[in-house]
Amino acid sequence: MSAVHAAPRAVVAGVGVVAPTGVTADEHWQAVLAGKSGIDRISRFDPSGYPVRLAGEVSGYPIEERVPARLIAQTDRYTQLGLAAAADALADAGVDPARVPEYRMAVVTASSSGGCEFGQREMQSLHAKDPSWVGVYQSIAWFYAATTGQVSIRHGMRGPSGVLCAEQAGGLDALGQARRLIRDGLGLVVTGGTDASLSPYGFVAQLATGRLSTVEDPRRAYLPFDEQASGHLPGEGGAILVLRPEQDCPDHLGVVLGYAAGFDPPPGSDRPPAVRRTIELALRDAGVTPAEVDVVFADAAGIPAEDLAEARAIGEVFGPGAVPVTAPKTLTGRLYGGAAPLDVVTALLALREGTIPHTVGPTRLAHGCDIDLVLGQPRHRPMDTALVLARGYGGFTAALVVGRGTRGA
Amino acid sequence: MTTKEFTLDELAEILRTGSGADDSAPLDVSTAHTEFTELGYDSLALLDLTSHVQRRYGVVIPDDAVEDMPTPAVAVRYINDRLAAARGTDVRAH
Repeated sequence: MSAVHAAPRAVVAGVGVVAPTGVTADEHWQAVLAGKSGIDRISRFDPSGYPVRLAGEVSGYPIEERVPARLIAQTDRYTQLGLAAAADALADAGVDPARVPEYRMAVVTASSSGGCEFGQREMQSLHAKDPSWVGVYQSIAWFYAATTGQVSIRHGMRGPSGVLCAEQAGGLDALGQARRLIRDGLGLVVTGGTDASLSPYGFVAQLATGRLSTVEDPRRAYLPFDEQASGHLPGEGGAILVLRPEQDCPDHLGVVLGYAAGFDPPPGSDRPPAVRRTIELALRDAGVTPAEVDVVFADAAGIPAEDLAEARAIGEVFGPGAVPVTAPKTLTGRLYGGAAPLDVVTALLALREGTIPHTVGPTRLAHGCDIDLVLGQPRHRPMDTALVLARGYGGFTAALVVGRGTRGA
Repeated sequence: MTTKEFTLDELAEILRTGSGADDSAPLDVSTAHTEFTELGYDSLALLDLTSHVQRRYGVVIPDDAVEDMPTPAVAVRYINDRLAAARGTDVRAH
């Protein structure tokens, strides 16, 4: 390839969804359109002793039918969900990795918690018995890069791989890195992310942030941008996407047009949060004006100060109420590393279908949250471009701009 | 200390429980002389195996011993040698 050629555009060749709203992209999309929530009382452990008892679980999904027994024994649930979603994404992309040179393929995922449930089991062996009872797979199963590694081994992908750990923002950072690899000449990158920290050990780490909602009514617990916002609920799962260069994949689900990352100033600083600047940088990177953005998928923390900061940034970039905003994640809870990849899949389906899914839960916007939040029912309109926002606990901020794909419904 | 022989069935059971198994590569007499790597068990799986054996029988098996057990049959023989040696030590000790 000569230097005068522009870097190839990264397109989404296939997607795999494993989420509380569904275990295929279509099932998830139908649930989102119907406003069908995956939030329920936690069943993976007895939550009765905890101040938060609700979460979005991937239920009724026999993982042992999707992942070989060998890998079940050696991995945490978050990796098992990632392995299943990756296999689905590759099938959706119609790619047989065995036919692609192994160094032309890479894996870049996001993880926020690593293998909490597996780690807890081994810690219990350590403390209840002795170190000789700690299984050898603890050495690899807890690790943030476990999903990347296992997907890479399973599908023979040996190109430059990695993991991004930036709480909720990591999922967009992974897609941003995957896009960079495609622009650098790789033929295929498996990206996205999953998290599954619904074990007591993973759960208390989330409780410690004070950001989870203790409201007991599943319909009222996670209300981003609402005057009764009280925090958010956790969830498990996520989405895996296969990126390829546009010239190899004319029939695609969407284009990754632009990406930017930012980091908030320290607490107490008089500088504004990074979200506005990150949106502006992502739009510039995409070569898209604010007026060309048809819909914004918000991070939607459900924490009044965070909601206000995000709503203000959207208003400053696009004008007050000038762009439709939605947050289908109220149906799943926050999926951490898996959240933004799932939002990207939802955004691509929204562009394809010309339908903005509504946000279930909020009814009265909080003072200062002057955004056009899509409420009550989906909104239909032809669209080309979506912006996905993700903000992670601790200041991580990322924005991704995606364009409509060529693949029909 | 047991005087029972360590068997291939026992080895298969420990590997199945600790590292998982699939139907494509059964662990039985038919694969006793097949290399572990071909059966899908890497060095971690063998470390898990020796750690179970150490716990169950109270024998010491050094970590690098896994390099000396390329197949299930060799592993069974190695473990039985260690058990016999441990019994010998016991006899001398008493």
